[in-house]
Amino acid sequence: MRKTVLSLVIAIVACAMVFAGGSSESDSTVVKIGVFEPASGDNGAGGKQETLGIQYANSLTPTVMIGDTEYTVELVLADNESSNDRAASAAATLVNAGASVVLGSYGSGVSIAGSDTFRVAGVPAIGITCTNPQVTEGNSHYFRICYLDPFQGTVLANYAYNELGARKVYCLAKLGDDYSGGLVNYFVEQFTSLGGEVVSETFPDGNSDFTSYIANAKNSGCEVFFSPVSTEAAQLIINQSDSQGLGMPILAGDTWDSNVILQAALGKNADITVTTFYPEGADPEFDAAFKEWVNADSTRLANNGGDDTISAVTAMGYDAYYFALQAIQNAGSTDPADIMDALWTTEIDGVTGHIALDDVNGDAIRNTVYVKHANTTTGGWDALPAVVVD
Amino acid sequence: MDREKRNHYIRLFSAIAAVYIIITILEFTLRPTSIVFTVLRKGAIYSLVAVSMNLLNGFTGLFSLGQAGFMLLGAYTYAIFTMPVSVKQSERVYRYYECIVPFDTGVFIGLIAAGLVAAFFAFLIGLPVLRLKSDYLAIATLGFAEIIRAIFQWDVLGPLTNGANLLREFKDLSRITIPFTDIPFPPTLFVFIVVGICVLLIVLLINSSYGRAFKAIRDDETAAEAMGINLFRHKELSFVISSFFAGVSGALLAMFQYTVQAQQFRTVLTYEILLIVVIGGIGSISGSCIASFLYIALSEWWLRGLDMGTFLGIEAPDLFRSGFRRLVFSVIIMVIVLFFSRGIMGDKELSYERFKSGVRRLMPGRRSR
Amino acid sequence: MADFFHQNLSYFLSGISVGGQYALIAIGYTMVYGILRLINFAHGDVFMCAGLMMVYFSSSLPFAISIPAVLLLTLLLGFVIERVAYKPLRSAPRMSVMISAIGVSYLLQNAALYFTGGLAKVYPEIPFLSRSVQIWGATTRVVTLVTPVLTVVLVVLLTLLIKHTKIGMAMRAVSRDFETSQLMGIKINRVISMTFMLGSILAAVASLLYFTNYASVTPTSGAMPGLKAFVAAVFGGIGSIPGAVIGAFIIGICENIIKGGASIFGIPGSGWTTFSDAFTFAFLIIVLIVRPTGLFGEKSVDKV
Repeated sequence: MRKTVLSLVIAIVACAMVFAGGSSESDSTVVKIGVFEPASGDNGAGGKQETLGIQYANSLTPTVMIGDTEYTVELVLADNESSNDRAASAAATLVNAGASVVLGSYGSGVSIAGSDTFRVAGVPAIGITCTNPQVTEGNSHYFRICYLDPFQGTVLANYAYNELGARKVYCLAKLGDDYSGGLVNYFVEQFTSLGGEVVSETFPDGNSDFTSYIANAKNSGCEVFFSPVSTEAAQLIINQSDSQGLGMPILAGDTWDSNVILQAALGKNADITVTTFYPEGADPEFDAAFKEWVNADSTRLANNGGDDTISAVTAMGYDAYYFALQAIQNAGSTDPADIMDALWTTEIDGVTGHIALDDVNGDAIRNTVYVKHANTTTGGWDALPAVVVD
Repeated sequence: MDREKRNHYIRLFSAIAAVYIIITILEFTLRPTSIVFTVLRKGAIYSLVAVSMNLLNGFTGLFSLGQAGFMLLGAYTYAIFTMPVSVKQSERVYRYYECIVPFDTGVFIGLIAAGLVAAFFAFLIGLPVLRLKSDYLAIATLGFAEIIRAIFQWDVLGPLTNGANLLREFKDLSRITIPFTDIPFPPTLFVFIVVGICVLLIVLLINSSYGRAFKAIRDDETAAEAMGINLFRHKELSFVISSFFAGVSGALLAMFQYTVQAQQFRTVLTYEILLIVVIGGIGSISGSCIASFLYIALSEWWLRGLDMGTFLGIEAPDLFRSGFRRLVFSVIIMVIVLFFSRGIMGDKELSYERFKSGVRRLMPGRRSR
Repeated sequence: MADFFHQNLSYFLSGISVGGQYALIAIGYTMVYGILRLINFAHGDVFMCAGLMMVYFSSSLPFAISIPAVLLLTLLLGFVIERVAYKPLRSAPRMSVMISAIGVSYLLQNAALYFTGGLAKVYPEIPFLSRSVQIWGATTRVVTLVTPVLTVVLVVLLTLLIKHTKIGMAMRAVSRDFETSQLMGIKINRVISMTFMLGSILAAVASLLYFTNYASVTPTSGAMPGLKAFVAAVFGGIGSIPGAVIGAFIIGICENIIKGGASIFGIPGSGWTTFSDAFTFAFLIIVLIVRPTGLFGEKSVDKV
């Protein structure tokens, strides 16, 4: 009897949901932009901030002119859970929802993992802050508006060698993470070519005990602790480096440009320097308006990490949205294939600078890396001189 | 009696043929990006691994939790075997290592190799582990799966496994063709054919004399031994065969999601498959298959709305936010586990007779019990 | 020798402290297994939930209230889980109960995921425990030193409870022979609930100590410590409390030695750290094969 009830319930639910699932009527004057970002997992905090930038831009400019028709832009969000194996199914959700172009993701690994789903469906994707070269390399559907790790890694290595005067650096990456693994790799290449020495280690997924890694850094006589890992691990590293008396500067890449780091470092004995895409204060008008928008809603505030600090990824998300709109406008159509063609030649002036793509892989042509230092008394960022490479 | 049996087979084969015809029709009518295909493909792949786990847990009574490890072996073997040499030598995938595999193979050799490698490791692992009993066996196999995962992430093996990084650009579902031509093979049909053959082999095995020996071991080890069944040999056989098919399904999973990475094959994956087996009914092949499709359809499709703000037409972005789908899903699982602990099919198989009697019971107008 | 210890003190300190925390979790596993023959997969997640509760309570309540509240609620959580998810299945096959445990684990993790919004929560700093101290040249937190002491004290208390109280005697009887003890008039359900509550409160204490050291709580924070504690319980001979404690300390220390391998043994860059988790399992398998019942486990005889 029970089994009969069960099968009946399942059948009814199944039918109901098939109809519910199939009811997404497509409006002819709507263009859908997929937002392929993590909302949970290791990179959830950063993904949410990037999404906020996109949502903010969408709230300012909710329509786009294609030819003579005004189209409403609809954002379709899918959570890739910061996990490479969930990325493919999140990507499939976006493709299935009929996205004309996809933005994201925060985190290089998930971008690479979702890439083929977009390739097969012929939907163009615009990487916002995924810096690993493999995201766009050798394909024609993934584009990117930020700089790449070989560039960032080189800048960081030079910074450690020249500005911090370090000769031996401890590098810590997460096992199987394309972002931290890649960045450490390029850092090591440059740093050893400068004549420095490195100790490189990895930690496994789910690890929260960094005390032994910190002890390793101290015992091996390193002078800088380079750990461009996710903000989730970063919190723990900052916390434990304080209690273990790490006693050396910490250097990291763009992921650490987040108020999560500031909150973790507040009042601690931590010397943290990061490289990033956008320093708060570079565009006061954008900053002020965004802060107002974030403070107006408690959910937004929570998604931004509890305060109104502007992360570089938010500004990048904002730019990415306008970049996508420009591409749609240039294409003059909502067809993914047309947008893909148009993206190669799209250019805009965003808050993070001028964005144009090269014609090899569709990567942004950027030459500026901003450098910030965490102020542990005010809980804000102090801007250091930006590095411009010709 | 004979006639009934013949009728049974005719019905069975026409039902199976109908499934394949429907799949083929869908392939040519629906949009290729439709979520239906995601569900069908992933559901079929999970069916295979669930059935392989059922062979072990349901038919031989060996409580093993190593499935994720064998899937990993299969997935990596397939990816490494079928990745074109030009990709291996370029920097596109093996960026930090020099790949040491100088050859590439076709899809079928890749799939079979995937199974064989998994089976080989199962053979080695089985030697010590299968002497353990119930829970201890479960823990030991779970431990081996974790060890396999760590070995594949070890950077010393990087030239083979690409360290802990992603493998991609192998012959995935978008790259398979009809043999000797360049015409792409319908991907969902491909998955169904491979899974169909594998499940058929497992069914044949279960109905053979080996299968009866497995069931005897499950029901009472001591009695089975007394009847002259070599316990260890049969356990090892079941373990190796189950792992072979887990390996094949791992390879299919790699094909399905275009990329593969050791990180994904965690214990959670094994738990997921175990849940499918239990929901379907321990000891029922058709139950495992039905449960896989339901499980995948629920998690990937029907409940998606719970994460995305709108569900069944109700819009409540504050309630239906990211993560709600999984919460609801786990509640459903708990309800099934607690109130329907024998699963959808129990240990019976789906058949026309049962279907008929089930329909009759549900028919309106009949007196209630 | 002394020099070696001095140099690598920080690894040993970390190891001992994390070992103590694993030990407190492992007791919950081992007691439940002893009585119900159930691997309570949800135990690690109960530990995580205790951590999350602390995060939420301490944001509005002083520690003097929030700490007891967390202990109490975790105890209640353990009780409820047993009553809802395991009790109805008491006569079902053991596999079903284990699946139910996996289901509860899934449910707790997903509930945590939903309510935290998928972001890591920062654990509050408990004033006394979080202070940094210097001992013999190594910097660490007070909690690192408190943990092993507290663990030993709690284990001694627990042993006394089991040895000398009526409920303790009942527990021993039930774990020896489930059916007979029922016939002897022992209220099985009360004993089982008590076991779960004891296990949960120890897990809550472990979460206080653990998260003070590693101050971030995510929905999956409980998974790894849980698994390791479980391995410790098996290693020590499942059902045996001293076994679980010793197993936990060994695992905690070994794990940290592996992480520090490059520095301790002077062998750089061979990817030691990849195996810091897998090592635990390799260790377990060796123990299982050499001594299937663990260090202190009792031999079981198959009955036909």
